[in-house]
Amino acid sequence: MNDTADNALVQFQDVSFSIPAPGSPNTIIPELNLTVERGETLVLLGESGCGKTTTLKLINRLLTPSAGEILVEGKPTTAWDPIELRRRIGYVIQEGGLFPHFTIARNVGLVPGLLGWDKARTEDRVREMLKLVGLDPDQFAERYPRELSGGQRQRVGVARALAADPPLLLLDDPSGALYPITRASLQREFATLTKRLQKTAVLVTHDVREALVLASRLGLMERGRIVFLDTPERFLKSENPLARAYVRSLELDQQPGGKS
Amino acid sequence: MTFWQFLQLNWPELFRLVREHIVLVFSAILIAVMIGVPAGIALTRYRALRGPVLGLANVMQTIPSLALFGFLIPLPFIGGIGTRTALVALVLYSLLPIIRNTVTGILGVEPSVREAAVAMGMTTGQVLRQVELPLAIGVIVTGIRVATVIAVGVTTIAAAVGAGGLGVYIFRGLRQYDNNLLLAGAISAAVLALAADFLLGLLEKRFRFDTKRGFTRVQKLAIVAVLLPVGFGLWYSLEGVSSSGRVRIGSKDFTESALLAEIVAQMLEKRGISVERSFELGGNLPHEALVSGQLDLYPEYTGTSFTAILQHTPVNDPRAVYEQVKREYAEKFKVEVSPPLGFENTFAILVRGAEARRLNLKTISEAAPHTSQWRAGFGQDFMSRADGYAGFSKTYALRFAEVREMDLSLTYIALSSGQVDLIAANSTEGRITTLDLAQLSDDRRYFPPYEAIYLVRQDSLARVPALGEVLSKLGNAISTGEMRKLNFEVDGNKRDTKEVVREWVKARGL
Repeated sequence: MNDTADNALVQFQDVSFSIPAPGSPNTIIPELNLTVERGETLVLLGESGCGKTTTLKLINRLLTPSAGEILVEGKPTTAWDPIELRRRIGYVIQEGGLFPHFTIARNVGLVPGLLGWDKARTEDRVREMLKLVGLDPDQFAERYPRELSGGQRQRVGVARALAADPPLLLLDDPSGALYPITRASLQREFATLTKRLQKTAVLVTHDVREALVLASRLGLMERGRIVFLDTPERFLKSENPLARAYVRSLELDQQPGGKS
Repeated sequence: MTFWQFLQLNWPELFRLVREHIVLVFSAILIAVMIGVPAGIALTRYRALRGPVLGLANVMQTIPSLALFGFLIPLPFIGGIGTRTALVALVLYSLLPIIRNTVTGILGVEPSVREAAVAMGMTTGQVLRQVELPLAIGVIVTGIRVATVIAVGVTTIAAAVGAGGLGVYIFRGLRQYDNNLLLAGAISAAVLALAADFLLGLLEKRFRFDTKRGFTRVQKLAIVAVLLPVGFGLWYSLEGVSSSGRVRIGSKDFTESALLAEIVAQMLEKRGISVERSFELGGNLPHEALVSGQLDLYPEYTGTSFTAILQHTPVNDPRAVYEQVKREYAEKFKVEVSPPLGFENTFAILVRGAEARRLNLKTISEAAPHTSQWRAGFGQDFMSRADGYAGFSKTYALRFAEVREMDLSLTYIALSSGQVDLIAANSTEGRITTLDLAQLSDDRRYFPPYEAIYLVRQDSLARVPALGEVLSKLGNAISTGEMRKLNFEVDGNKRDTKEVVREWVKARGL
């Protein structure tokens, strides 16, 4: 083990991923080396199809790499029992992925239930988590997902991901499907939340504003490669052409009369 | 007799048939669910199997039910006559909607929900039980609902293989042209189908995932309370099929055959031998069942055995036909032919009595010149058999204005009401006199002799010695006139077969 290993929660080592296809395989990620440090919020920014979601799914072994390996807590994902691995990693997806036939309380208490927590402990935890994401448990616990707004559903998704207190949180474009105003407020809350909880998180987004608000480190992805990886401050000053394009779009937005 | 009076008289039997019907449908659906849902789940996992399995299930549904029953009769274990065969066929019919809807339901679960379930660390089994099945259950119940309604209909055909159910009334009603029987059978079946549809519709609503989950304790108890008796009923009926000490008697699907079978049944019962009746079997089923050991005995006619089973061209000498049938059955099928019962049931060519008197017709030859203006109505059997229509029209050089193929039992009414002008009926048919129909004599002796006999398996004769005694007592015991009277008691006076036979056996001291 090298020195970084102590502080690294996730390490990508020469990882490539391609989908087998007739003829030549469709390569999504040609080669990826990346370390996620404990306590940081790493944001992967990129257009759709750049491989950022694939990168995320490689961590909790929804996908396995075609070559190379991903170490989680120093152990390759392929050596983990996938069920155990996934129960240690919180996962938030774009449409929320809430179970429509479960109440909010049952959705949030899902992983604690799978881990065999007793009923009282799970109930307490569910109430705590709902409060944490700003939803009144008395009002929401017994409702069904379809009775909630998009923003509320997404909060429940976050509460569910945090419920079993996992050391690592993966968020796949969690605010992507929301209206801009809801999105902005959710982002601010989430920024406070990650700071308070000191969670390690990897978040994927195509929204540069969200990336800048949430990231402690920002990775820019293009065609399966990381073309920039540093703090948000350095991102704003970067010479990388794609990074500059993102920053310019941000400036345009802020001009009066520019698109909102 | 009004329909209301009929119901008052026959409600115990109707109730029994409804119960048989429900037990059959319910058991078949239960088995189909136990096979179909897991199969459907497997198909969502193995994509390559989906085409072939769904295709096969599809083909199953296109096989006409009577044909499917026919295929099943000679098969060991799953075949035979009675409840078991009907169950197998019903299960095969019910599989398609259940498998298809299971597949559709599970594949219809939103991908993001399934992905979330896997990502939360659910095992494959947990994903299936907690996410996929609960979300698909509404669609699956729809499939079960469709299968159940279909099964209620198909079960009416099951009466043809002796499985009972409301089809017994429908077939009997058709044969005897008895609207009360038809209505009682058909209305009850329709009500059953509607009730099943309604109840399963309620169930479907219950399973809408975002309202309420599962059943309360009381509801679970209620479901068990309904299922248990049905289960016992099924167990009991299967038990009945497998018991070995009995004599299994079959009959063809017309009144005379049922009467003859009932005569042997009651005579055996008087001698303390228990009897299992599989009466009113359609088409070739009695023969197949006898040969494959599902039946011990059934009544037949030498001419039918000679031409339809042994495939010989018709011969006119009764003695020769009887001897040859006896010899070949013993060699080919290990089946014994009883002494002739004393009457013939040959094809009777009938015209309306008024017409015969007006044109002064006595023989078929005399009628031949008129046939170019006549419409003929013949049963399916007469149209297809070797000693039927083709040779008949050739022998007498007949050319009809129109030949209609219809159900034999309907031809009598068709003739008397003037829908057709000539029919080929059974000579022992009771309605010949009551409907004022005139029989034209077969002056060229075209129709082979159809002496009534019993066919009995050799091993059954060895196992139950009383069988031999009963059959020899029945030799030459029934005259044509007597048979016509018995037929009329059932067909014309709408009396119960068992009762008519009981009186006759008693009167004859058999």
